[in-house]
Amino acid sequence: MAIVIDKSQRWRVLAAHAFLILLCALVLFPVLMTISISFRPGNFATGSLIPKTISLEHWRFALGLPVTNADGRVIIPDLPVLRWVWNSVKVATLSAGLAVLLSTTAAYAFARLKFAGKKASLMGLMLMQMFPTILALIAIHAIFSRLGHSFPLFGIDSPWALVLAYSGGIALYIWTIKGFYETIPVEIEEAATVDGATPWQAFWRVLLPMAVPILMVVFLLAFIGAVNEYPVASVLLRSQDQLTIAVGSKQFLYAQKYLWGDFAAAAILSGLPISIVFILAQRWMISGLTSGANKG
Amino acid sequence: MSMPQALKRFLQPALMILLSLVGLYVVALVYATGETLLAGIMLVTLAGFVWIYSSQKTYAYRYLFPGIGAALIFVVFPMLYTIRIGFTNYSSKNLLTFPRATQYLLEETYRAEGATYNSTLVSEGGRWRLRLEDADSGAAFATEPIALVPEKPQTLKAQPLNVPLAGDEMPMMDLISHQAFLKGLTVLMPDGGQIRMTGLREFAPSRMQYTRNKDGSLTNNQDQSLLRPNMKTGFYETATGDTVDPGFQVDIGWKNYVEIFTDAGLREPFWKIFIWTLVFSTLTVVFCTTLGMVLAVLLSWESLRFRSVYRLVLFLPYAIPGFISILVFKGLFNNNSGEINLLLSTLFGIKPTWFSDPFLAKTMILIVNTWLGFPYMMVICTGLIKAIPNDLYEASAVAGAGPITNFFRITMPLIIKPLTPILISSFAFNFNNFVLINLLTGGLPDLLNTTVPAGTTDLLVSYTYRMAFGDAGQKFGLGAAISTVIFLMVAVISLIQIRSTRIVEDPKR
Repeated sequence: MAIVIDKSQRWRVLAAHAFLILLCALVLFPVLMTISISFRPGNFATGSLIPKTISLEHWRFALGLPVTNADGRVIIPDLPVLRWVWNSVKVATLSAGLAVLLSTTAAYAFARLKFAGKKASLMGLMLMQMFPTILALIAIHAIFSRLGHSFPLFGIDSPWALVLAYSGGIALYIWTIKGFYETIPVEIEEAATVDGATPWQAFWRVLLPMAVPILMVVFLLAFIGAVNEYPVASVLLRSQDQLTIAVGSKQFLYAQKYLWGDFAAAAILSGLPISIVFILAQRWMISGLTSGANKG
Repeated sequence: MSMPQALKRFLQPALMILLSLVGLYVVALVYATGETLLAGIMLVTLAGFVWIYSSQKTYAYRYLFPGIGAALIFVVFPMLYTIRIGFTNYSSKNLLTFPRATQYLLEETYRAEGATYNSTLVSEGGRWRLRLEDADSGAAFATEPIALVPEKPQTLKAQPLNVPLAGDEMPMMDLISHQAFLKGLTVLMPDGGQIRMTGLREFAPSRMQYTRNKDGSLTNNQDQSLLRPNMKTGFYETATGDTVDPGFQVDIGWKNYVEIFTDAGLREPFWKIFIWTLVFSTLTVVFCTTLGMVLAVLLSWESLRFRSVYRLVLFLPYAIPGFISILVFKGLFNNNSGEINLLLSTLFGIKPTWFSDPFLAKTMILIVNTWLGFPYMMVICTGLIKAIPNDLYEASAVAGAGPITNFFRITMPLIIKPLTPILISSFAFNFNNFVLINLLTGGLPDLLNTTVPAGTTDLLVSYTYRMAFGDAGQKFGLGAAISTVIFLMVAVISLIQIRSTRIVEDPKR
């Protein structure tokens, strides 16, 4: 009896491995292909997975260094990849900082203070998050182009407009931080209050230092969210120099200007750091992910 | 700490008053530029700020104000404003607000009869004199030296010039950059005529094209005809009904909605796109969940080695930024030079046209989206499977059940219930998966015989995006109306989700 089970078990294990290896191959195929293409000479060349001749022209292009063509012409890269990455980092850092700032105090009120309309506003925050920003894109464009008439700093084509537009999407972060505050025993703050601390001091000096890990998680979530955000950025940013990498990357693959190899290098250059941050922070984020952020 | 209590008590209200005064000043400035709505929102925000941070009763709201305020202004308000725009004719033809369109017309000039003057700017002691030379007689005139600071429109007097000017002439490049300033100039000639800039190097008598009358109509100074604003069409119109650009935004009631559901060139693509949106989101959820669940079951199987390696590799699609993997697939699937077609043509001798055939394009979209989406479902299902008590499987092993029976009788029924809200939210997400469509196919290939461009692979959201920001003439009003329809659909989906979440949570209580 035991031998029979073992035999069928062995077959099943083998079948499972075969299936998983096939799937891993399908997952890795685009990744490895991109790496291979980025080292392949030319934008239209075809070849095997391991390129026969390794060329750094695409990497030079992505880094903004002049490239010497096969026929001897020198090409100055016209797509400012590094500048786009820098724009993304700038916008993402500012908006993630703002998101932490705005959501941490609001979450404190929801977790610790009593006020009228608490339940309704919590529910409202959850409802708000169900309607994707993309549906309000036309209004966002109209609002910021009108805002730009009065305050050019916050008009179309300004990174500050993007920071402002992202600052409202904090419902999920408020919920995440509120959940964390609720795991901290309220007695610690009460002890501080007994010793004469104001509620603000109890929050700032006692609760907040204990909440640093969750604030890091929210910062990273907001940072990655802002770097990956495409729709709002594609509407608010127009000129080449202001684009974020998410909007700019599209320009590599126009039918009339197809820079496949250059794109591969730029994709690795910009995608690798984000992916690494994401995988490292993944364990922290699982709680955040399961509570609603979703992709796919 | 060392600050005296009295000073502290005085400082707070003082700061508050100072802040609100500055705030009111800014609001007044904005209101003066004609942005009533913006000024109103700023005023309400300011009033809320002052009230909440000065009253003890509103203590809790001090913590909420910044965050909730941002959410209200930048999330809720744009959504309401979208609905509002859906009832207007806002588009590239009717782009301006009524006051701005009127102002535009009132700034129009026309060339009146009289002498033309060749103009040059001549420097003199760091400032500039405008030199005017009669094109016919050659008589020269000049103004006093002026600074070219972009100020409000001003009137200058020109005097006959007896001694030639010695300074350098301004080059063309600089002239162009000072054009706005020069256009605001009115020069009073010695003979009493008024001239304005009519070309980069030319001044001529020009008059304002329109004069505003008390009843809001405009009189054309050239031919004395009347223009009346038509608040139904959003244009100034002549007596015969001809429209004059630029148009302005007006309310048109339900017209956009009537158009979506009756105009054949809009209705047919709308329903086709709606059905594809449903098919796309349903199939995505089915594929991602099936694959994710099978993988979760396999990776929870303890007899399997290298599970953590598999898990790490299979998690990759989730970690790579979406915009990058979608564009990578766009390149890999390329009809001619894409690596996938190279592989298929060497292996099977076929070269599917992924981007020009509607069915193949849809297939490709589903393949890519499954690749992107299954890791999330895998992670979720792994978590849910961990929560299933092990003795259930032990009991079924005693009863002699195999893995297939286990899956369909124990695993699946136990995780499908808590999974339901996540499936619905995933459905809602893909219902609006704009990034995938916009970056991968852009909605192409297009449908035929449509009023505005509509693609066979377009989702409702990418359809409205193309309507508003594509090459179809910025139909913001129509796009906003369709967005409002999608709002309602999402609201229904959300309602179902809240219900199902409640069903999941109830037994726990």
